[in-house]
Amino acid sequence: MAHRDRVMLAADIAEFFYQEADLLDERRFEEWLGVFTEDVQYFMPLARNMRHDEIGAEFTSDKEIAWFEEGLVTLQQRVKQLATGVHWIEEPLSRVSHLITNVRVLSDETCALGREVRTSARILVYQNRNETETVLLAGKRLDTVRDTTDGWRVCRREVRLDQNVLMAKALTTFF
Amino acid sequence: MTSPYRKLADSSQGLIDRSIFSDETLYRQEMQQIFGHAWLFVGHVGQIPQPFDYITSRMGESSVIVSRDGDGQIHVMLNICRHRGMKVCRYDSGNARSFTCPYHAWSYSVDSKLVARAGDLFGVPGYEENYAGILDKSEWGLQRAKVEIYKGTIWATWDHEAPDLLTYLGDMVHYLDSALHHRDGSDTESEVFVGVQKWRVPCNWKIGSENFMGDYYHDVSHRSVDLANIGPGGASRRDNRETSMHRSTSVCFRGLGHALVGTLPHFEEPEYLPKYPDNPVAMAYDREVYERRVKNLGSGMRVITQAGAVFPNFAFHGMQPRTLVVFHPVSPDEMEMWRIYLIDSDVPEELRELLRRFYLRYSGPAGMTESDDVENWVHAHHSSKNPVAQGVPYNYQIGLGRTKPVEGLQDAIDGGLVTEENVRNFYDRWADFLEGTPWESPALRATQGGGD
Repeated sequence: MAHRDRVMLAADIAEFFYQEADLLDERRFEEWLGVFTEDVQYFMPLARNMRHDEIGAEFTSDKEIAWFEEGLVTLQQRVKQLATGVHWIEEPLSRVSHLITNVRVLSDETCALGREVRTSARILVYQNRNETETVLLAGKRLDTVRDTTDGWRVCRREVRLDQNVLMAKALTTFF
Repeated sequence: MTSPYRKLADSSQGLIDRSIFSDETLYRQEMQQIFGHAWLFVGHVGQIPQPFDYITSRMGESSVIVSRDGDGQIHVMLNICRHRGMKVCRYDSGNARSFTCPYHAWSYSVDSKLVARAGDLFGVPGYEENYAGILDKSEWGLQRAKVEIYKGTIWATWDHEAPDLLTYLGDMVHYLDSALHHRDGSDTESEVFVGVQKWRVPCNWKIGSENFMGDYYHDVSHRSVDLANIGPGGASRRDNRETSMHRSTSVCFRGLGHALVGTLPHFEEPEYLPKYPDNPVAMAYDREVYERRVKNLGSGMRVITQAGAVFPNFAFHGMQPRTLVVFHPVSPDEMEMWRIYLIDSDVPEELRELLRRFYLRYSGPAGMTESDDVENWVHAHHSSKNPVAQGVPYNYQIGLGRTKPVEGLQDAIDGGLVTEENVRNFYDRWADFLEGTPWESPALRATQGGGD
C-alpha cells in the first residue's frame, strides 16, 4: 500500500476509535457494544518481569491468565451489570476519559470474513471515582478491525497495560 | 489480665476497635508477630515444575525467592543480599542455578553441586584479596524459611520452631482438600494456570481475610453480578447446585483462626444434577467425574467449601471458580492481592477454556464479583481513620453466643450460615499471635496426617 493510502486508512480507523471513545466516555455502553463483531476477542494480558533473554514472554498469552478475556456475550453481561444500579464499584458511575493516539496501520488483508486491518495505538485512560480516587492507566492497544456493511467493527483487541502489579483496586472501565 | 489486644478485638462482646485496621504500631507488631511466625502460602509447585525453576513471591512485606533445586526440593529464601541489602532477584519467574546481586555481585546458589545448602553464598568478587580469610561464606547465605508442601501448595514460615503445617491447619485441612483435590475426589494434583494476578487495594489486609472466611451477610455486595448471570452454566454468578443439596453453614476452628463457608461433613454424594446444558463435551465430562467421585469417596467423610481462609492471609474458593488468593500487607492502609487459578489436568480443552474465562470474569480486579467487594472494603477501611469515630467500635455481633460444635471435626464450631463468629474467632487467633504465644494454643495437637 502506498504511504499516502496507509495514512488515510489510519486516519479513517482513528476516527472510528475516537467515536468509540466518545461512546464510552459518555457512558453509552449499549451503543458501545455495537463497535464489535459477533466473534470479537477482547484480551488484556498480564505483564511480567522477565529476564532480557526471555522478554518475549513478558505478556501472558491466550489460554493463560489475563486481566480480561472476553467475547461479545460477556461484554454484554458487563454492560448489563453496569445498568443494574447496584454494581457498587461503578455506582455512582466513574468519570472516565479515553485518549487514543499513535494510531498506525500494521497490515491490510482480506480473509474469508472480509477485509481486516491490524492497527496499533497508545491509550491513556483517566478515571475519577467518587471524590478523590483517581486511576491513570497507559498502554498499547493492538486492534484488528473488519470492514463490514455497517463500517469498521473491532474483531480482535489486545490491550497491553504498562503495569506489572496493577495500581488500581479494580478494572471496571473498558479499554 | 486481659491483654490490650483482646480489648481491641473483644470477641466476647463482638466489638472490634477500628485502630486495628489503621494503627501503625499495631501494624508493625503484626509484621513481626504474625508474619514472622505463621505459616504463609507462597505458591504452587506447578509454577516451578522444572529443576532450578523459581518464582518470586511474598511473605508479608518481604519478597522471597521460591526455588526448586536440581533434586526437586523446594526452598524459600529472603530476597535480600546479605552484604548490603539489594534484591538479588527482580524477575517474577525464571530458571537459575544462582542469583547474583546487581550491587556488588555476591552470588547465592541453589545447586547442591556448588553449595552445602540452597541459598548459601557462593561467589564473592575479590574474596581472597578483599576479605583475606575473615568472611566465612557458610555464615552469609540468604535467610531461609522453613518450607512444607501440601498437595501442590507451597507454605513457608520464618519461625523454625513453628509446628508442622498439618498441625497448624488442623481439621481445616479437609476444607482445603476440597479445593486442592481433583473434582473426582482423588488427591490428584491440580494444574495451575500460568500467570499471577497482582493488584493493590487501599485497605487493610485483614479485611480481605475477613471477607473470605465466611461473611454470608455481605451477599448484597453481589446483587449486580447475580443479575448479570455470569455463571459457567449461564445462571446466577456461579452454579450452586452442589451446596444446595446440603445445608451450607459457617465453620471456624477454635485456637487456629481458620474458617469457611461450606457444608458440614457428610458421607455420600447427592444425586447427580446435570451442569453445562449447552455444552455436550463439558456435560459428559462432568457426569463422568461425578461417577468417579461416588466411587473414589465411597462412604468416606467429605466436605464442600464455598470460600475459606487460613490464618492469617490466605483464602480459597473450593468450587467455582477454583482459585487461591493471598492478601499481602503493604502498609496499614494498603494490601497487594495475588490470585492464581487451578484446574484438573484431565479437563477437556473445551471445558478448560469455558472455566478459565469464567474464573476471569468472576475474580481478580476485573472480576464482576470481586470488583464490588473491593469498593466496599476500601471505603470501610477509610472509616477506621475517622477522628470522630475513634473509640467507637465496629459491630461484629451477629450470632454471638449461638454456636455448636461440629461432629467429626476437632475444635470446629458451627455458627450458622449468617454469623460473624468466624471473624470473632479470627481475632482471638490474631491476639494469640500478637501476645507472642501462638504455639501454646491447645488446638495445635499433633495430627495423624489429615487430608484423606
